Amino acid sequence: MLSVEGIHSYYGKAHILSDLSFEVRRGEVVALLGRNGAGKSTTMKSVMQLVRPRKGGVTFQGRELVGEPAFRVAKCGIGYVPEDRRIFTDLTVLENLEVGRQPARKDAPHWTTDQLFEIFPNLDERRANRGKHMSGGEQQMLTIARTLMGNPALLLLDEPSEGIAPVIVEQMAATILKLKAQGLTVMISEQNLHFARAVADRAIIIEGGEKKFDGSFAELEAHPEIRDAYLSV
Amino acid sequence: MAFFLAQFLTGLANAAALFLVASGLSLIFGVTRIVNFAHGSFYMLGAFIGITLMDILPGHVGFWGAILLTGLAVGVIGALTEMIVLRPIYRAPELFQLVATFGVILVIQDLALMIWGAEDKLGPRAPGLRGVWRIFGEPVPKYDIVLIAITPFILFALWYLITKTRLGILVRAATQDREMVGALGVNQAWLFTGVFALGSALAGLGGALQLPKGGADLLMDFNIIGEVFVVVVIGGMGSLPGAFIAAVLISVLNVFGVTYLPQSTLVLMYVVMAIVLIIRPWGILGREEAAGEHGQVGSPERPIRPYGPKGIALTSAFVLALALVPLFAEQFVLTLIVDMIVFALFAASLHFILGTGGLVSFGHAAFFGGGAYAAALLVFHTGTPMELAFLFAPLAAGLLALAIGWFCIRLSGVYFAMLTLAFSQLVWSLAFQWRDVTRGDDGLVNIWPAEWLNAPAPFYYFTLILGTGGIIFLRHVIHSPFGYALRAGRDSPRQAEAMGIDVKRVQYAAFCLAGIMAGLAGGIFVFSKGSVFPTVLEIGESFDALIVVFLGGVKTLAGGVVGAGFMTGVEDWLTRLEYWRLLLGLVIISVVILMPEGIVGTLSTLWRKIRHTDEETIR
Repeated sequence: MLSVEGIHSYYGKAHILSDLSFEVRRGEVVALLGRNGAGKSTTMKSVMQLVRPRKGGVTFQGRELVGEPAFRVAKCGIGYVPEDRRIFTDLTVLENLEVGRQPARKDAPHWTTDQLFEIFPNLDERRANRGKHMSGGEQQMLTIARTLMGNPALLLLDEPSEGIAPVIVEQMAATILKLKAQGLTVMISEQNLHFARAVADRAIIIEGGEKKFDGSFAELEAHPEIRDAYLSV
Repeated sequence: MAFFLAQFLTGLANAAALFLVASGLSLIFGVTRIVNFAHGSFYMLGAFIGITLMDILPGHVGFWGAILLTGLAVGVIGALTEMIVLRPIYRAPELFQLVATFGVILVIQDLALMIWGAEDKLGPRAPGLRGVWRIFGEPVPKYDIVLIAITPFILFALWYLITKTRLGILVRAATQDREMVGALGVNQAWLFTGVFALGSALAGLGGALQLPKGGADLLMDFNIIGEVFVVVVIGGMGSLPGAFIAAVLISVLNVFGVTYLPQSTLVLMYVVMAIVLIIRPWGILGREEAAGEHGQVGSPERPIRPYGPKGIALTSAFVLALALVPLFAEQFVLTLIVDMIVFALFAASLHFILGTGGLVSFGHAAFFGGGAYAAALLVFHTGTPMELAFLFAPLAAGLLALAIGWFCIRLSGVYFAMLTLAFSQLVWSLAFQWRDVTRGDDGLVNIWPAEWLNAPAPFYYFTLILGTGGIIFLRHVIHSPFGYALRAGRDSPRQAEAMGIDVKRVQYAAFCLAGIMAGLAGGIFVFSKGSVFPTVLEIGESFDALIVVFLGGVKTLAGGVVGAGFMTGVEDWLTRLEYWRLLLGLVIISVVILMPEGIVGTLSTLWRKIRHTDEETIR
C-alpha cells in the first residue's frame, strides 16, 4: 500500500534520514520504533511531504508522492496525526472535526461525527468546548478524530501515547485495535515498546535515521540484543 | 444636543466604509499573516471602478448594482495580485511580502493615473437619496442614514461567514496553523487566494460605497491606509468586532475633531491609538501573538562576520575612490552622491534595528525628519550657527527615539511596527499642522551650512566623513558584545533572557542608537538641501528606507548601503519618465520574487555556489 524507497531527508543541512526503505501493507498495523531523535517523526513527515525527501521515492497505492503538496497527499488517503497534536485551540471540538472533513472514499471506512463520538465518548461531552480548554488526553483523541474525518485509508500516528496518563494509553490501544478492525491500515511511531506490542503486527526499528530492524515482534523477542541496542528500556 | 446627535450620526456613517476596508485588511492579515499595504489601493480602485460603472448603469438598480459589481471586480483584481505577486513568496520572510505589496501600490497608482487621469472625480449622488432628513431639526443626509442602517448587516454577514460556514472555520484554523490545515487535505493556496479576494472585495466595496459622500482621487490609497491601520490595530489584528468598534470610534472622533479641534484632526487619531496600545498592547479585542507559531519555515541564517583584510581593503579603496570624485566630477554628480550617502546612512540605521535587532519599524522617518526639523527649527527661529544646530539633529532624534521607544519596545512584531508608524505619523502631523512653529507644508527654507562648508566640495567631504563614519560605527557596534546581545534577543528572546541579557533594554538602547544615526542623516540632509518639508516625515519616507533595506538584503550587513545606492540611482533615472512609479513598482516586485535574499544576499549566495563548485572540482 505504502512503499518508501531509499529516502534521504534533511532539516537545513542536518541529514536526518539516510537511505530509509520500508513497506506498509494493507490492513496491518506497523510500529515505527526508535529513541528520541532517531528520525521517527521525520519519517512520518517525509511520507506526508511536510518534509520533502531530497532523494528516494514514496509511493502510495501506486502513486508517487514526492514533490506533491501535503494537501494532495492527504487527499490521496493518508491521514496524519502529528506528535505535538496541533489542534486548533480557538475552535470548538465540532469545528476542529469540520476542518478535517473530506468526501468519502471507496477504499476506506467512512466516518461521521456521530460514529467518532461513539469511539471517543469524552469528545461527545465536549462538542462545543474550545480546544484550549481540553486535557492532553482529550486533545490527543480530538486530533485522531479530526484526522479520521478525512476518511483516510492509511493512518500515520506519531507517538500517540506520549505525555498521556496510563489509563488513557490503554484506551488508546483499544481504539487503535478498533480502527484496525474497521479495515484501516495504521503506522504508529512509538518509544513505548509495551504499547507498540499491544497494537502492532510488525516492528520497524530506526536509529540515526537508518533502518536497523524490520520484522515481527516474535523475531524481535528472539534478539534481545537489538532491543537493547536501539530502544531505551 | 441635536447638533451633537447629528455629528454622531455623521461619524457612524463614515464608519461604514472604514469598517469595510479595515475588516478586509484584518481578514487578510489573520490568515496570510501579510500586512497588505496595497489594501488602500484596492479601496481607491473600488472608488474609480465604482464611478465608471455608475456612469454606465442607470437608476437605482444601476447605483447599487454598480457597488456590488465593483466589489466583485476588485475581488478578482485582489485574487490576481495574490496569485501573481504573493504566491511565489509565501516562504520568504514575512516582511518581504510587505515590500512586494508596496510595489503593488506603486503599480496601481500609475495604472489608475493612466486609466482615469490625474483629475479628482466627484462621486455621483445615490438616486432617491439626494436630500436630507431632519432629526430634531438638524439636517442629516439621507445617504448617511442608509449607510448607518446597512453597516450592522455587513457586520452580521461577515460574522456569520467567519463563525458559521465551513470557509470561516477553515479560515480560523489557518489563522492558527496553516501547515496543519494543509496536512488535513485543504488546499491552502486556494484558501489564501479566496481570503485575499474577499478582503480586497471588501476594500473595493468600501471605496464604492463612500462615493456619494466623497469621490475618487489618486491620493485615496495613502490617505485611507493610515486610518485603516489605526482601526485594525486599535480593534485588534484579526478581530472583526474589534475593527467595527474601532472604526466607529475613529470616525466619530474625526467628526468631532473637525468641529472642535480643526488644527489637530490628524494628530487626534494617532494619539487615541497610542493610548489604546499603551493600555491594551494588542488592541481592544486582540490577543497576544503567540511566539513560535507553526507554518513559518525558513532556513537558518548564516552568521555575519566582520570583514576580513580583503573586505577592509575593498571598502577602503571604495571610500578612497569616493574621496577622489570631487577632483574631476561635475556638481550634480556630487549632489547625487551626497543624496546616496545620506540615504545609505538612514537605511543603515534602519537596518541596524531591523536586521540586527529584529525590530521592524515602519516609522523610521520620524527620526530622520525629526533630526532634520530639529536643526532647521533652531536655525530658522533662533539663527543658531550651523555647527551647533547640526549637532542638535542627532541629539533631538535620539531624545525622540528615547520617548517613542519607551512605548514601542514593549510590543513586538506587527504591533511594534504599527505603533512606530503611529508615532511617526504623530510627528508628521505636528510638522504639518503646527503652522506657527513649523510653517506647515510651506516648509522651513534658507537652512544653509556655515560659510566654510557652503560649497559643493567641502560639503561633499563633510558628508563623506560623517556618512561613512556613521555606517562604520554601526557595523562596529554590530560586532561588539552589545551587537551579540542584540542578535541573541532577536533570534531567541527567551534563551537570551535566561542567559542574563535584559532583551528589552538592549533593544531600547539599539532603538535609540538607530534614532541618533537617522537624525545624523537628517541633519546632513537638511543642510545639503537648504530646506525641509513635512514630506521627510511621511509614511513614504519610512517605506523608502524599508524597501531599500529589503532590496539590499536584510540578512546581509552591506544590504542597506547597497540598496540605498541602487535605489537613489534608479530613482534618479526613473523619475524622469512619466510612469516611473509603475516601473519602480515592477522592479521592486521582481526583485522580491526573483531575489528573495536581496541584492547582496543573492550575489553572495551565487558567489558561494561558484566557489563551492570550484572546491568540489578541485577535490
